[in-house]
Amino acid sequence: MPVPQAKLDALAARIAGLDFARGGWLGAARAEALARLGAMGLPTKRDEYWRYTDPADLTAPQAPRAATFAAEDEPPVFDGIDRLRVVFVDGVFDPALSDDLTLAGIEIELLSKAGQTDIHWAREVYGLLEARGQTPVQRPLAALNTAFATEGILIRATGGAAKPVSLIYLHKSENSDVILHHCIRIESGAELTVLENGPAAARFTKVMEVDIASGGRFHHIRAQGRDHERRAATHVFARLGAESLFKSFTLTANGALTRNEVVIDLLGDDGVAHIAGAAVGDGAFHHDDTVFITHAGLRCESRQVFKKVLKNGAVGVFQGKILVKPGAQKTDGYQISQSLLLDGDSQFLAKPELEIYADDVKCSHGSTSGAIDEVALFYLRARGVPEAAAKSLLVLAFLAETIAEIEDAAIAGDIRLHLQNWLERHGR
Amino acid sequence: MTVLDGGLQPEMRDGVDRETIETVQAMAGKYKYGWQTDIEMEFAPKGLNEDIVRLISDKNGEPAWLLEWRLAAYRRWVKMEEPRWAMLNYPEIDYQDQFYYAKPKSMAGKPKSLDEVDPKLLATYAKLGIPLKEQMLLAGVEGTEEPRRVAVDAVFDSVSVGTTFKAELAKAGVIFCAISEAVREHPELVQRYLGSVVPQSDNFFATLNSTVFTDGSFVYIPAGVRCPMELSTYFRINAENTGQFERTLIVAEKGSYVSYLEGCTAPRRDTHQLHAAVVEIVILDDAEVKYSTVQNWYPGDENGVGGIYNFVTKRADCRGARAKVMWTQVETGSAITWKYPSCILRGDDSQGAFYSIAIANNAQQADTGTKMVHLGRNTKSRIVSKGISAGRAQNTYRGLVSMHPKATNSRNYTQCDSLLIGQGCGAHTVPYIEVKNNSSRVEHEATTSKVDDDQLFYCRSRGMDEEQAVALVVNGFVKDVLQTLPMEFAMEAQALVAISLEGSVG
Repeated sequence: MPVPQAKLDALAARIAGLDFARGGWLGAARAEALARLGAMGLPTKRDEYWRYTDPADLTAPQAPRAATFAAEDEPPVFDGIDRLRVVFVDGVFDPALSDDLTLAGIEIELLSKAGQTDIHWAREVYGLLEARGQTPVQRPLAALNTAFATEGILIRATGGAAKPVSLIYLHKSENSDVILHHCIRIESGAELTVLENGPAAARFTKVMEVDIASGGRFHHIRAQGRDHERRAATHVFARLGAESLFKSFTLTANGALTRNEVVIDLLGDDGVAHIAGAAVGDGAFHHDDTVFITHAGLRCESRQVFKKVLKNGAVGVFQGKILVKPGAQKTDGYQISQSLLLDGDSQFLAKPELEIYADDVKCSHGSTSGAIDEVALFYLRARGVPEAAAKSLLVLAFLAETIAEIEDAAIAGDIRLHLQNWLERHGR
Repeated sequence: MTVLDGGLQPEMRDGVDRETIETVQAMAGKYKYGWQTDIEMEFAPKGLNEDIVRLISDKNGEPAWLLEWRLAAYRRWVKMEEPRWAMLNYPEIDYQDQFYYAKPKSMAGKPKSLDEVDPKLLATYAKLGIPLKEQMLLAGVEGTEEPRRVAVDAVFDSVSVGTTFKAELAKAGVIFCAISEAVREHPELVQRYLGSVVPQSDNFFATLNSTVFTDGSFVYIPAGVRCPMELSTYFRINAENTGQFERTLIVAEKGSYVSYLEGCTAPRRDTHQLHAAVVEIVILDDAEVKYSTVQNWYPGDENGVGGIYNFVTKRADCRGARAKVMWTQVETGSAITWKYPSCILRGDDSQGAFYSIAIANNAQQADTGTKMVHLGRNTKSRIVSKGISAGRAQNTYRGLVSMHPKATNSRNYTQCDSLLIGQGCGAHTVPYIEVKNNSSRVEHEATTSKVDDDQLFYCRSRGMDEEQAVALVVNGFVKDVLQTLPMEFAMEAQALVAISLEGSVG
């Protein structure tokens, strides 16, 4: 089917002001992404995949202005964790704020530097996983990212990384429009934890490609910054080899618009992928988790756990899909999406899908939406817990299943604390 | 074959019984309604244009407003595109290569009573097990002291052959007749409600139906009346290359109750045939409608040759407070099924339920489910869907649960389970959940699994062969839905479940 002219026009307007860097292996990958993008155009809210989230602010030629907030409002997450800090200020790597980019067990480089070399491991990752993730559903913003990313981090884990790599995104300019693209390669038997936090920019378009070889283990914990007006479209594309593990947790606290897409390809046998998300939104908050998990290998396990707490007109979206390919026998797929609506104005919109072409599988999904359980609240009140504290407790209990997906106890504790602080500030 | 035992009407029972036994014995021919009646037909010319629309309207002796209504729909339809979002894969349909009107010649002069109806037509329905004589009863009920009576409207290709028990129903004030007759006899009711639940513009297939619909049933239950018997419409496609486009309209006035059954079959043919029906139900305060379907159109052969393309729009509008509707469907036939019986829960405290068994075997494809649109306060809905895929079939549940901001204190519970039998088939679930208030609770769960090995082993170790064992396990899987069917239908459906899955094992 031909691409509607409006989508192409929107694309032309969006990329008019962007620099297209040519040359080298990176230039070639970018050119291919640009060709993919040209065959799709930009998404509109009429697209089925954008049914519940209007992409207009993500596709507009200019990033909508977003006020920055005073950092002292909130202690940054992960501060107490021993980690290698990599800091981007409005998308620009800041060496002064960052640690020395050397760490036992990993190689770490900036995309802008590696792109100029002749041969690089990232050639086998950059744009390739994103391209694989374009079928059966188109993700034009990811292709746009591959074509126009200005910076990114390339991490290759060859053994057990000595400590987590922490990507910190600071937001200083009210008009910043940032495109970052990270590539991560976990070699056979290696293990790495990547932390991400910070609002990044007025508008943030991010892709992270994660290629995990047999037996590799990757942990991803992300806290999306709480600037009220920021907008973000993020993508994680992961390809899993045999007996590998991928675990991702995201906490989103506010932000005008967030679309987090996670695309997982369980290619080898016996792979494990867990994706969890906790979102707390107050007021002008639109949060969209879109997940697509493909089971191609035998005996793989996937788990999606997404919970949203919404108030004052906040909107939570969940689109999750498990695709079990023919022959992917003994698949174990689980998916739960739940929302807790704290008042009558908020909305929860969900499309949890299963598409299954193998018979010896166990797949299930569940989705619920409702208010705080009055009986549980009464129980706590009757035992002398003040109403606000009781609600807070129930909200934390509701979100606990997502935090339980974080393996590292210290990081999980930090996330829990961050969440408690949010509940304090937002008067529950 | 317990369904067919009992001695109420030996002559008919005998015929059906023999048929069924033969079918079950001949493992290859699984579809027992695949024969056709050799009868002289009158066709409108092939294709669809304004003249055909006028001709259909003229044949039915319709008033000018209805012709205008049809033409408006036609003019809209030619500009519409066929929807392709369903998980269905079928070649493009040539809408000009179909007959839109086919009527047995013997029906030219409208028979005054069933006694005047062509015996060939009556024999057709007898062979199908459908009683068209009022002393006859629907097959399958044994030992009941006072046998249940069912009024039947029989539709053969484009026309209604006859409706039973009309006089007795009229005594209760119930109107049950062919819709073409209702247009003549009760124009004010038809004009008031036709298109009020499924508007002409609703979707491609509903618009097509609005253009060319021929017969179908009209039911009107006056206020406070509990319909004295179950009503049933039996649809039979017989003629080749002929589409069936029936339209059913049910109006349940305040405080009334009716249980309505629908069955359908078609001959075995190598070409695909089109069926695009619309069912509209209007339910006022405190009224209740139960609508049960056993859809057994010809599904095509093992290789996907032939079969009915079934595109159906069914919707119930619970307009009044405390109105209730229950859809139960057993979908075993058709090459392609595209069908989403829906509930608009407009009245406060209204309730909707959808119970579905969808079985797809061989090359069948089904994309079916429901919509529960909660608009009123304290509305409740329940969805129980059981999908079974075997052979190379694809079976999709597609559903919407929508809680509008004003539908406070509402409740939905959805359970959709899929069962896969064999490695070549697919089972898919595409639910949409839209919650726009916080006092409502929505719960959705779905599972997909294969026939449990332990259960199979248990049955096998007690001497069942594999096919019997699978049938038993499957019957357990669909039990929740079968229980909601009227008894005669439940037994027929249970047997049908087993027959539909024949040849799917091993």
